[in-house]
Amino acid sequence: MTDPIYVTDALIAEDIDAYLAGHEKKSLLRFITCGSVDDGKSTLIGRLLYDSKMIFEDQLAALEADSKRVGTQGQEIDFALLVDGLAAEREQGITIDVAYRFFTTEKRKFIVADTPGHEQYTRNMVTGASTADLAVILIDARKGVLTQTRRHSFLAHLIGIKHIVLAVNKMDLVGYDKAVFDRITLAYRAFASEIGITNFTAIPISGFKGDNITAPSDNTPWFKGPALIEHLENVEVGAAADEAKPFRLPVQWVNRPNLDFRGFSGQLASGKIKPGDAVRILPSGKTTTVDRIVTLDGDLDEAVAGQSVTLTLADEVDCSRGDVIAAADNPPEAADQFEATLVWMADEAMIPGRAYWLKLATQSVSATVQAPKYEINVNTLDHLAAKTLELNGIGVVEMSTDKPITFEAYGDNRTLGGFILIDKLTNATVAAGMLHFSLRRAQNVHWQATDIDRDMRANLKNQRPALLWFTGLSGSGKSTIANLVEKKLHRMNRHSFLLDGDNVRHGLNRDLGFTEADRIENIRRVGEVAKLMTDAGLIVITAFISPFKAERELVRAMLPEGEFLEIFIDTPLAEAERHDVKGLYKKARAGQLKNFTGIDSPYEAPENPEIRIDTTAMTPDEAADLIIDRLLG
Amino acid sequence: MSSELTHLDRLEAESIHIMREVMADAAKPVMLYSVGKDSAVMLHLARKAFYPSPPPFPLLHVDTTWKFQAMYELRDRMAAESGMELIVYQNPEAKARGINPFDHGPLHTDMWKTEGLKQALDLHGFDVAFGGARRDEEKSRAKERIFSFRTATHGWDPKKQRPELWNLYNARKAKGESIRVFPISNWTELDVWQYIARENIPIVPLYFAAPRPTVERDGLLLMVDDDRFPLAEGEVPVERSVRFRTLGCYPLTGAVESQASTLSEVIQEMLLTTTSERQGRIIDKDGGDASMEKKKQEGYF
Repeated sequence: MTDPIYVTDALIAEDIDAYLAGHEKKSLLRFITCGSVDDGKSTLIGRLLYDSKMIFEDQLAALEADSKRVGTQGQEIDFALLVDGLAAEREQGITIDVAYRFFTTEKRKFIVADTPGHEQYTRNMVTGASTADLAVILIDARKGVLTQTRRHSFLAHLIGIKHIVLAVNKMDLVGYDKAVFDRITLAYRAFASEIGITNFTAIPISGFKGDNITAPSDNTPWFKGPALIEHLENVEVGAAADEAKPFRLPVQWVNRPNLDFRGFSGQLASGKIKPGDAVRILPSGKTTTVDRIVTLDGDLDEAVAGQSVTLTLADEVDCSRGDVIAAADNPPEAADQFEATLVWMADEAMIPGRAYWLKLATQSVSATVQAPKYEINVNTLDHLAAKTLELNGIGVVEMSTDKPITFEAYGDNRTLGGFILIDKLTNATVAAGMLHFSLRRAQNVHWQATDIDRDMRANLKNQRPALLWFTGLSGSGKSTIANLVEKKLHRMNRHSFLLDGDNVRHGLNRDLGFTEADRIENIRRVGEVAKLMTDAGLIVITAFISPFKAERELVRAMLPEGEFLEIFIDTPLAEAERHDVKGLYKKARAGQLKNFTGIDSPYEAPENPEIRIDTTAMTPDEAADLIIDRLLG
Repeated sequence: MSSELTHLDRLEAESIHIMREVMADAAKPVMLYSVGKDSAVMLHLARKAFYPSPPPFPLLHVDTTWKFQAMYELRDRMAAESGMELIVYQNPEAKARGINPFDHGPLHTDMWKTEGLKQALDLHGFDVAFGGARRDEEKSRAKERIFSFRTATHGWDPKKQRPELWNLYNARKAKGESIRVFPISNWTELDVWQYIARENIPIVPLYFAAPRPTVERDGLLLMVDDDRFPLAEGEVPVERSVRFRTLGCYPLTGAVESQASTLSEVIQEMLLTTTSERQGRIIDKDGGDASMEKKKQEGYF
């Protein structure tokens, strides 16, 4: 198909330098295509690549051969085969991941995120949408607005995409009927306004036949709007809007080649900056001015949103990775408790109370998430009660971080409002999040400094506080050994306190059950209590199964370095089960007791405990002596 | 002044951001340097990202001993100019067994490149390796992440890659795992060429047409770059005006007949050409349709 938009060959052949000069000035538009399996999404992308001459002869020959062998279009070219990448997907005839494609027209360069339409792949669509300026929502003209259409539109809106194109595809199969197009557009408008999409552009197309892709089609004389490419070339995207916002630069790297130069490298998240501008460093709040904007090509007079630069400052102020350099008169706020929307992306469900790494811009902190306020059903948009979020679940949550982070609402600034959560053990990215606002209690509850500090309390007791954290299977002998340790400490005039698992569950934690989430909350509370007690100068001893590494590490992180001693009471399961003093294993084996560690719930043994007690090799008394030696030695 | 960034400005800023982000979590990063045009752009971006400091990592050339002479010359010159350490690694087993592309077919790439790369990374304990792969090169690469995780044995599992949202990269890893980072993932071949022109980046002269001694083998025009090239009886190299669209081992890299001797002419020819960039390479075609994906699972870059 020849089309005026793509007749560039003549210019390339005649005056390559003129062509290149023009090409160099092109802007960039990133967009995503979303549709269901059979909406013809891959076909549309294949068509865009084909029409913009991004497909070479050798690829075309391979495509023609493939089309005949595995294509779904008979003897005609199956454009979908161009973009279905991985071998397994090609055999199944579906795309299962985000793929990025590139093409160029006279006016713009495009990066397309090809995202799948299956329900279980919400994750991929959110990923593809996070970098997109525009979304093309595909609808099969024969089917109209489907559940998937709603889902894709909701997700695109959720991730903050301002430009929506409704591409009513397969118009060739409904005889290019205006009534069909109008009906679908009307139905979509009703739905879109419900979720807050105020503006969209509807275009009747056929990806397969090429109607209204690059130029107005003769088959739809009734349609007066732009062809798809025309619209993509001309839509105004937000670069200018980002520049109009206040200046923010998250510091990535401190550039220090020698003692005479100290620069702060990063990419401008918003606004612009000039030498001499007053800036504030967050979170410290120190103010100074920008001295130079340094690049390999020489100093700049100005830098704008999106540019990667290195700034030097007029004064020697503390500033390191994770800090944000911002406009002095309009800085972002810092907080440690937030409301946010989370999209869960891992097979393992969210665990309320567990600590995850949170990465926002260049800041990394430890964060815990509470059970969702509600989950959003992406098909009906209903708000549902939920205790957790599973893979592809979307919910609104409250969360807290272990120290304040500098942020803005996601709606105001994607860079300072978008974050990911990372599992501390597997290092997997488990969720994407969008901050709404900080919680009032974070703004109004401050730490109260006390005159008598923890060192003074400990000195009075003539001891170093510590937390002896026993972990091991039920029946391994934790409580027995812990009890012996406390008796011996008492005889030595040491001030101690034994927090026993069963006892705590009679009082402080009587509201908690034995689900994974409740067990984690149990440990979190015990950790907080133990921390208060060590602040009081005590040697705290705890005896909990505490089966999950993540929670033990959470407690470790609450205490000063060296005060948390993990004591692994290492007893083989068979041995512990043989003792079974409380008869619990018997019950669990009979199925009367659910979530029992070692039976139907895992025990994650410590890899590097401070102390390991092999109960098959020593008596409880020997074990207690060994622990006291290590504590006081 | 309209300050709207062009697509090249945006791509450059993104690549620099990625390189700097790596420095936050990497213990011992390295930049793979293959002397091709993509490597040239990568090196240039690294110098920009960390200026006025030199890039805080060495260059690693996994050598096969079968590269074009002109590549070795530019490699040594660029290492000296950038002030970066250059590590050249040659798989000692491949060397001892005299593995070469003429006698050993696919084994040549496997031992020198795939095995050589793994050995070099293990030997030096590099935990992050920058590579110049682009998503527009090949179908399976279109789905590759910018931060691509490899197991302790350098395997790639397409199902276990982490989602990448916004410009947030999760570079945390367990002991023994490593990451390949592709800062120019979103560049196309045209972007690379145009950036080389805009920034005046030195590239190997083989990219420009010149009279060179060639022979024709299995439909490929091969350059007789040194006297290790085994000529058949009666075969005489023919001088043709040729250039190369990609550079690798000279016996595996097909030339195209061309008169394009300037950057503009090369770009012009690239834009008007009708075959894709990798077609001159033999490597993609071993093992049929999904060969690059298979190679990647085995640890090929």
